[in-house]
Amino acid sequence: MSLFARTGLDEHNRRVEWLVRTLFLLMTVLLIIPVALIMGILIQRGAPALSWGFLTEVPTNGMTAGGIFTALIGTVWIVAVALLASVPIGVAAAVYLSEYAPDNWLTRAINLAIINLAGVPSIVHALFGLGAFVVFFGFGRSILAASLTLAVMTLPIVIVATRESLQAVPHAFREACWNMGATRWQTIRRVVLPNSISGILTGVILEVSRTAGETAPIMFTGAAAFLPFLPQGVLDQTMAMSLHLYVVSTQVPDVPDALPFGVALVLISMVLVMNATSIAFRIYLRNKRKW
Amino acid sequence: MVDNAPKLSVRNLSVRYGDKQALNGISLDVFPNEIFGIIGPANSGKTSFLRALNRMEEFDANMTVEGDILFEGQDITAIRNVYALRRKVGVVFPLPVGLPMSIYENVAFAPKLAGIKKKAELDEIVERCLIRAALWDEVKDRLDALGSLLSGGQQQRLTIARALSQNPELLLLDEFSIAVDPVTTMRIEDVLKELKEEITIVLVTNLVQQARRLADRTAFFLESELIETAETEELFSGVVKDQRTRDYVEGRFG
Repeated sequence: MSLFARTGLDEHNRRVEWLVRTLFLLMTVLLIIPVALIMGILIQRGAPALSWGFLTEVPTNGMTAGGIFTALIGTVWIVAVALLASVPIGVAAAVYLSEYAPDNWLTRAINLAIINLAGVPSIVHALFGLGAFVVFFGFGRSILAASLTLAVMTLPIVIVATRESLQAVPHAFREACWNMGATRWQTIRRVVLPNSISGILTGVILEVSRTAGETAPIMFTGAAAFLPFLPQGVLDQTMAMSLHLYVVSTQVPDVPDALPFGVALVLISMVLVMNATSIAFRIYLRNKRKW
Repeated sequence: MVDNAPKLSVRNLSVRYGDKQALNGISLDVFPNEIFGIIGPANSGKTSFLRALNRMEEFDANMTVEGDILFEGQDITAIRNVYALRRKVGVVFPLPVGLPMSIYENVAFAPKLAGIKKKAELDEIVERCLIRAALWDEVKDRLDALGSLLSGGQQQRLTIARALSQNPELLLLDEFSIAVDPVTTMRIEDVLKELKEEITIVLVTNLVQQARRLADRTAFFLESELIETAETEELFSGVVKDQRTRDYVEGRFG
């Protein structure tokens, strides 16, 4: 018998190996199917609605014709104001938690709270926003109230992304700076932040795509089903892409078939472009690693 | 050499990390312009000693320090401006840490922290420190390159240049030759012998022969205790008070 002859055990292992591999491959294919179907159907049925006018004209005829300009601009407003609120707060909180906070029960409780905040259903955030920003703070139904609601909801994304990219900077760098007589802030500003900024930006972009797509939190707090004009300031109501999609799909009669698909296609393209930018950033970051 | 006041006086120093005793009531003096060697096996408290000298417990909630550390007669455990203390004390770690910035910025970092802004002055400091650390010839044409991407031996010399850029009065070296090839080690050792003329050096090393080559006096740490301090020559010629020191120096354990 040759030295490397196959035994019964080898045969068995080989069959198990093949089985496991095929099973996992199948699951992966299963995962891709819905994504591919969504994109395929959206493009097939939504593409006829797309035109330059679709992006630059306001909805007309009870939203059964015209474009989506007001909704598009409204979404840009909502996302921009939400970022202005959540990025400074989220980044500052993450820097505190990662660089300053002592490791005690309070810090652990705060970290737990952040994780829980990420798990709160968006409809609960919506009702919180209605109570807190619309009624209690008296912002009324407005961009400000809607954006702040979204900011609260997406804070965990910014905090977690920032904290993780801060912690990816080796501790030895901090010790080296401290040993030279640098304060914590000097160390953060000169060494830690410059080397984690790309990671923080990645988190912010993820937050943008999440913010742009949410419907429930803005429904009660500032987004309107139909407005014939653009918002003039943060205390105005506005249309938004996500709510517009909901409305033309379910609330308005006699909408041409392609219209909702066109809206969905534009919305998903915005999010995809954002995510692609985020991935590009990550690749850029990996290639630019400084240690 | 030991006829003047000590640069550093340590009395009854204990260091703990949580429940774990790292250093147990040690006392010693380090005099100006000497190289003070510390030898001992792993986990004997050598690094904890250096960390205490630079008040690193501020950054490690787990670390507690008791006892007195007098720097030129002033108790550093009482001073509030720890940043000024750390600027007077340069530290070199076992593993080289090139900061993720240019070679130039690595060396100019500490002077900038100390408030030096003029380009010409910074240029002069960077060149002088890199020359002293025996690195200038290798990097003078690429000062803009990343310090963290130099080779290990070069990074260690960069770390030394950076420690020197603080213009320290006391230089702490913690097993600096672990990640460095023997040729570079010898070059750095030559640098240290020259530096001794200007500053005081505490050299923690796990290479007994390195202590013998460099140190004027040597302390032997074992299991969190200071076993003894002696003139290096005596220590290695067998004039020791404790049998354990002789055994360690002669390589019978450790």
